[in-house]
Amino acid sequence: MNSKGWGDVLFKNVTLLFSLSIFALTAWIGWELFKNSHLPMEKFGWSFLWDQVWDPVKEEYGALPFIYGTIVSSLLALAIAVPLGLGVAIFLYELAPPRIGNVIGFLTELLAAIPSVVYGLIGVFVLVPIMRNAGAPYGVGMLTAGIILAVMILPFIATISREIFKTVPQTLKESAMSLGATRWEVLWMITLPFSFSGVMGSIFLALGRALGETMAVTMVIGNRPEIKFSLFEPGYTMAAVIANEFTEATSDLYVQTLIQVGLVLFAITIIVNGIARYLIYKVAKQAEVVA
Amino acid sequence: MSSEALAVPAPYQVNFAHYRRRQAVNLAAFFLTGVCAAVTIGILLFILGYIAYHGFSSLNWDFFTKLPKPVGELGGGMANAIVGTFKLLGLATFVGVPIGFLGGVYLSEFGHNKIGFMVRYAADILNGVPSIVMGIFAYTVVVLPMGHFSALAGGFALGVMMIPIAVRSTEEFLKVVPHSVREAGFALGLPEWKVILFIVIPTATRGLITGILLDLSRVAGETAPLLFTAFSNRFWAEGWMEPIASLPVMVFTYAISPYDDWHRQSWAAALVLMMMVLVTGLTARILLRERN
Repeated sequence: MNSKGWGDVLFKNVTLLFSLSIFALTAWIGWELFKNSHLPMEKFGWSFLWDQVWDPVKEEYGALPFIYGTIVSSLLALAIAVPLGLGVAIFLYELAPPRIGNVIGFLTELLAAIPSVVYGLIGVFVLVPIMRNAGAPYGVGMLTAGIILAVMILPFIATISREIFKTVPQTLKESAMSLGATRWEVLWMITLPFSFSGVMGSIFLALGRALGETMAVTMVIGNRPEIKFSLFEPGYTMAAVIANEFTEATSDLYVQTLIQVGLVLFAITIIVNGIARYLIYKVAKQAEVVA
Repeated sequence: MSSEALAVPAPYQVNFAHYRRRQAVNLAAFFLTGVCAAVTIGILLFILGYIAYHGFSSLNWDFFTKLPKPVGELGGGMANAIVGTFKLLGLATFVGVPIGFLGGVYLSEFGHNKIGFMVRYAADILNGVPSIVMGIFAYTVVVLPMGHFSALAGGFALGVMMIPIAVRSTEEFLKVVPHSVREAGFALGLPEWKVILFIVIPTATRGLITGILLDLSRVAGETAPLLFTAFSNRFWAEGWMEPIASLPVMVFTYAISPYDDWHRQSWAAALVLMMMVLVTGLTARILLRERN
């Protein structure tokens, strides 16, 4: 290796500085959200998180209906997208011939490239009328949002799980086959357990997307800050309330409350994505060790 | 007598019922995965077809050349929103790519250590932060001090979103430059920074352009971060300090309006937006394939 001149030291440290800017940026975002939400923090404190009343006229703000709506719509989406996405991943990994598999894989990824607002548009003009016929009084509602979200997060589960499956050592699978296991049994007893944490990672990643998804949900969930247990009823999510009410918020307290909703969303998605990436990295490392 | 003597003792007999059940489970399960794939592709084709159908039947020349008409008047177009989208994306590239690029150079060339791992981790996490939160961030950093919505704030919001994506894509495309190329540079006695700057990066140019295109196609359709940064504008926006219209925001506001003619234009805008995203993404893929 050649000796390190000042040029090398300078170059390395400049690029280092820029790569560290990722941390600075993350911290800066957190700080700005925190700093600009001190009014509701002083007025409501932590009870903000479990108060149910959202009344801009009386300046009473509780975030529970949004937290509830965000969690329920995301879980609904997972309930649909996890089996479907894993099905696609298994089909691509085990059954599809390479050429067809690549085409289907590409098309699945294409689902992730469609802008959120376009999903919303389809939701408003196609899915909402269908839901109305299916018995939802308004067409818009929690289930409608869950279905749209499911389609949006499905590609994350399908494509990442497929990549994770590929890390399973061939020798493990072959030894199961030599004992007479069917292909499904190999998948069920070898591939899935081996890639379990990676698949969980892809599910958490999809959950992170669902929690923060804004436009499509805003357009089909109905935007009513109430907690209703029927999935056919309108709801509201954290991202949707920010999108809808931010430009209409008249008082400082109102704006800052919405920023605080953003802060909660920021914190939740950082945690969920942190878990997701940890799980995915773990499998990548495990594969290197075994292979 | 003799056949009895030859019979296999019970524990060693092949249990055909059991065997058939396992085969049946195998078939049924894999059939279901095929159904999953078919449903997924079906949904995609339906969405693309539906947008193409409604989009093309709504699209006309006015859409590309005229400004939006006031409420109640039919016709008009979204020329300002199309230009606005390009302006916002240009600004976003200007904000996001240089920072992401230099960060990515570190990861690829020096990042085989703990710092590199942590930066990758942080970039992936930041990438998952909802776009609406990025919008709030741009609002507090740009809109609040300026006192009004602006193209600058919208471009900043999209640019910040591009940083973590650009970091990762730069790293990915620099990493594929073979070691032999670097070693050839070292053999000539070049210092490392010159090898990276004048050999590695030029070698990876095509890949880096691909990366930028992919980054752009990811943020091009973003609506949420623009709602309260770039806001919207029914007229041409001069410079960077005025609110500016963009296609995604127009799709949204026109879709939730009560007017049929606006719904028609919303489909047209969605089609144009989709075409932009898909063409950018496909161009990137073709560039990538030619290299391989």
